[in-house]
Amino acid sequence: MSHWIPIVLFSPLITGLLALVLPNRGHLRPVLGLVGSLVLLGAAIGLFSETADGTIAYYHFGEWPPPFAISYAADILSSLMVLVSAVVSVGTAIFAFADDDDTASAKGYHGFVHIMVFGVCAAFLTADLFHLFVAFEILLIASFALLVLKGGRAQYEGGLKYVALNLFASLMFLSGIGLLYGMLGSLNMADLAQLAAASDEPARLSLAAVLLCAAFSMKAGLFPLYFWLPASYHVPSTTVSAIFAGLLTKVGVYALFRVIPLIFAADWSYFQAWLLPIANFTMVLGVFGAVTQKNFRRLLSFHIISQIGYIILGLALFTPLALAGAVLFLIHNILVKTNLFYIAGYIERLRGTGNLKYLGGLYKERPGLALLFLLSALSLGGLPPLSGFWAKYMIVRAALEAGAPVSAGVALFTGFFTLFCMMKVWTEVFWKKPPEVNADRPGAEPASEAAGRKRPALPRLPVFAAVFTIVAFNGLALAIGLYPEPLIQLAQQAAHQLIDPSDYIQQVLGNMP
Amino acid sequence: MTVLLSIVTGVLFATGLYMMLRRSLTKLLLGLLLLANAANLLIFTAAKPVKGHSPLVAEGAQALERSAADPLPQALILTAIVIGFGVLAFAVILFSRVYLNTGSDDSEQLTQTES
Repeated sequence: MSHWIPIVLFSPLITGLLALVLPNRGHLRPVLGLVGSLVLLGAAIGLFSETADGTIAYYHFGEWPPPFAISYAADILSSLMVLVSAVVSVGTAIFAFADDDDTASAKGYHGFVHIMVFGVCAAFLTADLFHLFVAFEILLIASFALLVLKGGRAQYEGGLKYVALNLFASLMFLSGIGLLYGMLGSLNMADLAQLAAASDEPARLSLAAVLLCAAFSMKAGLFPLYFWLPASYHVPSTTVSAIFAGLLTKVGVYALFRVIPLIFAADWSYFQAWLLPIANFTMVLGVFGAVTQKNFRRLLSFHIISQIGYIILGLALFTPLALAGAVLFLIHNILVKTNLFYIAGYIERLRGTGNLKYLGGLYKERPGLALLFLLSALSLGGLPPLSGFWAKYMIVRAALEAGAPVSAGVALFTGFFTLFCMMKVWTEVFWKKPPEVNADRPGAEPASEAAGRKRPALPRLPVFAAVFTIVAFNGLALAIGLYPEPLIQLAQQAAHQLIDPSDYIQQVLGNMP
Repeated sequence: MTVLLSIVTGVLFATGLYMMLRRSLTKLLLGLLLLANAANLLIFTAAKPVKGHSPLVAEGAQALERSAADPLPQALILTAIVIGFGVLAFAVILFSRVYLNTGSDDSEQLTQTES
C-alpha cells in the first residue's frame, strides 16, 4: 500500500474545500491555493520516486480485499501524469496572482480550480472503471463552473456547447460501464482485464468497448468530435483556459491509453484500424483550423486538437517506440501548451485584446517576452533541440518502422503547418507595426478594450508572478529538450508497462486467487 | 420483465437522441434528461435484476445460499442519479442564462464564439 496516493488525492480536495469556505480577504485564498498545490507537488514527487523504478504503487480504500475494494494504482504513466498536473497546478496558482481578479476570487475561483485538479489526479490514479466516471464528473462540474465564472454572453455560449457535448459523452461512458458490468460483473480494471481475456463471447464486449472509446475520444477532442473545444476554450480567463488546455483533454487521452489496451486487448487490431485514420484526420484538420484563426487563444485551441492527433497516432501504432514517443509528447505538450496560453493571456492583459489584427510591435517593446514565446512556439513546431522535436521524432520514426508511411507523412506535414502558423502569430503579434489606434476596432472584445491604452501599468507582484511562471515553464521545456535522456528512458519503461500490463494486473489484484 | 425494461431503455435512448438533435435549446436539455434516465435504466437492466431475493446472508451461513439480486448496480445508479441531478441542475441554469443573454432559444443563433 502506498500512502502517497491518498495524500495526492486529498491535498487538492481539502485545499479546494477550504478555499471555498475561507473568507475572501486580502491574498488569503490565492496563498492557500499556492500552499495546497505545493503540497500536491511534494506528494506527487513522493509517488513518482516510488514508481520510477517500475514498481506499481497501489492503495485499496478501506483495506477491503480486491476486487471489492475501490482500488487506486499508479504505474509510471500515471505518476508522471500526476507529477506534470501538480506542476501545472503550481504554475496556475502562481499565475493566478497576475491574473488576480477580486470578483473571480469571490465567486470561488480558487476552490473550483483545486477541486478540478482533484478530479484530474483521481482520474489518473484510479483502477476502478466507475471511479474513473466519478472522477470525470468531478473535474467536469468544476470546469463548468470555471468556464462561466466571468459571466458574459461569450462565456455562456461557449459554456453551453462545452456542457452539452461533455454531458453526452459522460452518458455514453456510463452506458458503456453498465453494459460491461452486466456482462463481466466487475468494475476493477485489472479484474476486468482478466475476465475479458477469459470471456467466451468477446464479440459482445465490443459494444461496450465502442461506447467507452467514443466517450473518451469526445473528451480528448478527437476527429470528428472536436468542435466543442475551440468553441469554448478561449472564453474563460487566462489562468482557467491555460489549465484547461494543459490538463483536461489529456485526461481523455489518458483514459484511452489506460482502458482500451488493458481491457479490450482482444479487439485491439480492430481499434487500431480505426485509430490510425482518426489520428491522421485529427492532426491535419486541427492545424488547418488554426491557420485561419484571428483570436490568439482560439488559434492555440485548434493546435491542441492537432497535437492530440500525434499522441493518438502513438497509441494506434502501439509499438514500444511509438508509445514512448506518445508519453513524451503528453508531458511536453502539457508544459508547452499551458505556457503558450499563459503568454497569450499575458499579452491580452498588456494590450487589452486577443485579436491578432490589433496586436503588433511587441518585439520592440518586450524583447524578452518575444524570445520566450519563440522558444515555446518552436518547441510546439518540433524544431531541434527543443522538447517537441524528440517526441515528434520518436513518433514519426515509429510510424515508418511500423509500416505506416502515410501517417508519418501526415505527421511531418502537420509539423510544417504548425511551424507556419506559429510564424504567422510571430509576425502578427511581435514584428508588424502596432496598428493605429483604432477607430474601427469592433466592440466584440471585452469592455476593457476602450480603457486598454489608459490602463495603469500592472503592479509589480502580478508582473513578477506572470514572468516567473512563463520563464519557469520555458525552462522546464528547454531542460527536457536539451537533456531528454532520463525522460525518454522513463517513457520507454511506461510504454513497456502499457504493452505488458500483467504486472499492473497482478499488483492491483494482490494475491487474489 | 427484462424484455419490457429493454424496450423502455431503447425508447428512452431514441427519444433522447431525437430531442438532442433539435435546434431548440429546451429540447436539447430535455434530450439530455431522457438520456440520463436511459443510461441508468440500462445499468439496471444489463445487470439482470432478480425479483424477490435480497442479498442477505442468513445467520450462521458463510455465503449466499441462493442466487440473489446484485446490489451493486443499484448503488451505481444511485451515484449516477445524484451526479446527474447536480450536473443537470447546473445545465438548466446555464441554458436559462444563455436564453436571457441572447434572447433566443435557437442553437443556430449561437455563433459568437465560433469565429
